[in-house]
Amino acid sequence: MTGKVLTITSGKGGVGKTTTTANIAVALAAMGDKVVCIDGDIGLRNLDVVMGLENRIVYDLVDVVEGRARLRQAMIKDKRLPELHLIPAAQTRDKAAVSPSDMIRICNELRPDFDWIMIDSPAGIERGFRNSIAAADQVLIVTNPEVSAVRDADRIIGLIEAEEKGPGHLILNRVKMDMVKRGDMLSTEDVLDILAIPLIGVVPEDEGILVSTNRGTPAAMDDHNRAGQAYRDIARRLRGEEVPFMPLDDNKGFFQKLAARFARSGG
Amino acid sequence: MPDPITIKGIREGLLVTVGDAETWPLTAQGLLTRIDETADFFKGAKLALAIGPRAISAADLGRLRDDLSERNVSLWAVLSDSAMTVSAAQALGLNVALPTSAPAKREQPERETDPEEARQEAVYLRRTLRSGRSVRHTGHVIVVGDVNAGAEIVADGDVVVWGHLRGTVHAGASGDADAVVCALELSPTQLRIADLIAVSPAHRGEARPELARIKDRRIVAERWSARGK
Repeated sequence: MTGKVLTITSGKGGVGKTTTTANIAVALAAMGDKVVCIDGDIGLRNLDVVMGLENRIVYDLVDVVEGRARLRQAMIKDKRLPELHLIPAAQTRDKAAVSPSDMIRICNELRPDFDWIMIDSPAGIERGFRNSIAAADQVLIVTNPEVSAVRDADRIIGLIEAEEKGPGHLILNRVKMDMVKRGDMLSTEDVLDILAIPLIGVVPEDEGILVSTNRGTPAAMDDHNRAGQAYRDIARRLRGEEVPFMPLDDNKGFFQKLAARFARSGG
Repeated sequence: MPDPITIKGIREGLLVTVGDAETWPLTAQGLLTRIDETADFFKGAKLALAIGPRAISAADLGRLRDDLSERNVSLWAVLSDSAMTVSAAQALGLNVALPTSAPAKREQPERETDPEEARQEAVYLRRTLRSGRSVRHTGHVIVVGDVNAGAEIVADGDVVVWGHLRGTVHAGASGDADAVVCALELSPTQLRIADLIAVSPAHRGEARPELARIKDRRIVAERWSARGK
């Protein structure tokens, strides 16, 4: 087993990287793959909270880097899904505590024992981001259908392409179909027109995400949650399955409306 | 015999010049060894690295930047005569010129040679310029690809974009009011020619190829027609 290092990044903060990391990890583990998540946001850690594992933290990534703990001591195994593990970030330090070569070394140590090593990148383009992509085999870029988020994602894609880790796959998160149909929100096509990288998932805006984050039970564990379903589809695509995109289909909506207008006018 | 590495203190930090007699991995390693030997001197330093005519990839520059940051040295500029190295550095968000030296460069040689000839040199890029990319050139700039919002082109000559121009563009940057900007879709965030500025009007209808130029001291964009001008 040689694990694949998957980095989830975005540029812009608050677009859903941590939620995405947690949910994809849950979905992959539920399918039987061995997954370890690493929180790359040293100083502002969140992945532990979203995964509901914060009160089991004893050692963290910085403890491992600085030799106070072994990798396995810092690794938390999820009791709900035995294939799912987390190496949390430190909350009392900052990004300078870890270096790109530390990340490469740690990922190499993890590769023989896991199918997926998922790294939750912090926002920004500085050290934390560079730490998080250093070992990446594949990069997922999360963005929202919103002008500033897309602008930042474009910058990130440029940086990833420059370091020859590109082009990355896109996850369009927090899509509100009614707003897209009204023309108040960028459509998937608008976003792809600018970013021009392959799309791996579209996740609808869903109130259930906030609830699941607060509870520490990622939505992908819930069969009735639409966002959770979207994340499960992304996990399947990562494993090589061809999964059609859920009917949040922008084009179909637009053409259906157009066809309806023609039908009404008798044309 | 390893290449000499020269270190000079400048206002912005340290300027380190490396030679090009060895292969890049050896040169980079030589620099890192030198820094390790005099770690206290370099700790916390901001480094501008002069590479000379060598062509270095962004991946190699990125690796060096990471190795330097592990030693608490931050690489903020890469100076080189090689267009590939300059492009790689820009792609990584590094400076490619020292702020103090830029105006001096402008004053001199351009006046001595025929200005038309100097501007005939064009930079040709066959890729999309993503947000954060900056292309600056004393001649014409031609891009076959899009120029995304957040990217910028500053050219003393003309700017031609065979794609969507959505970023900021400045043609005739050193004062040439005859410079033009053309694009298959002209929707720049901000467009400048010489000393004039214009923004795209809010609703412009269908995108079609246009050429922008100065006419009667205003910037006008006209649908491409061979008979215009």
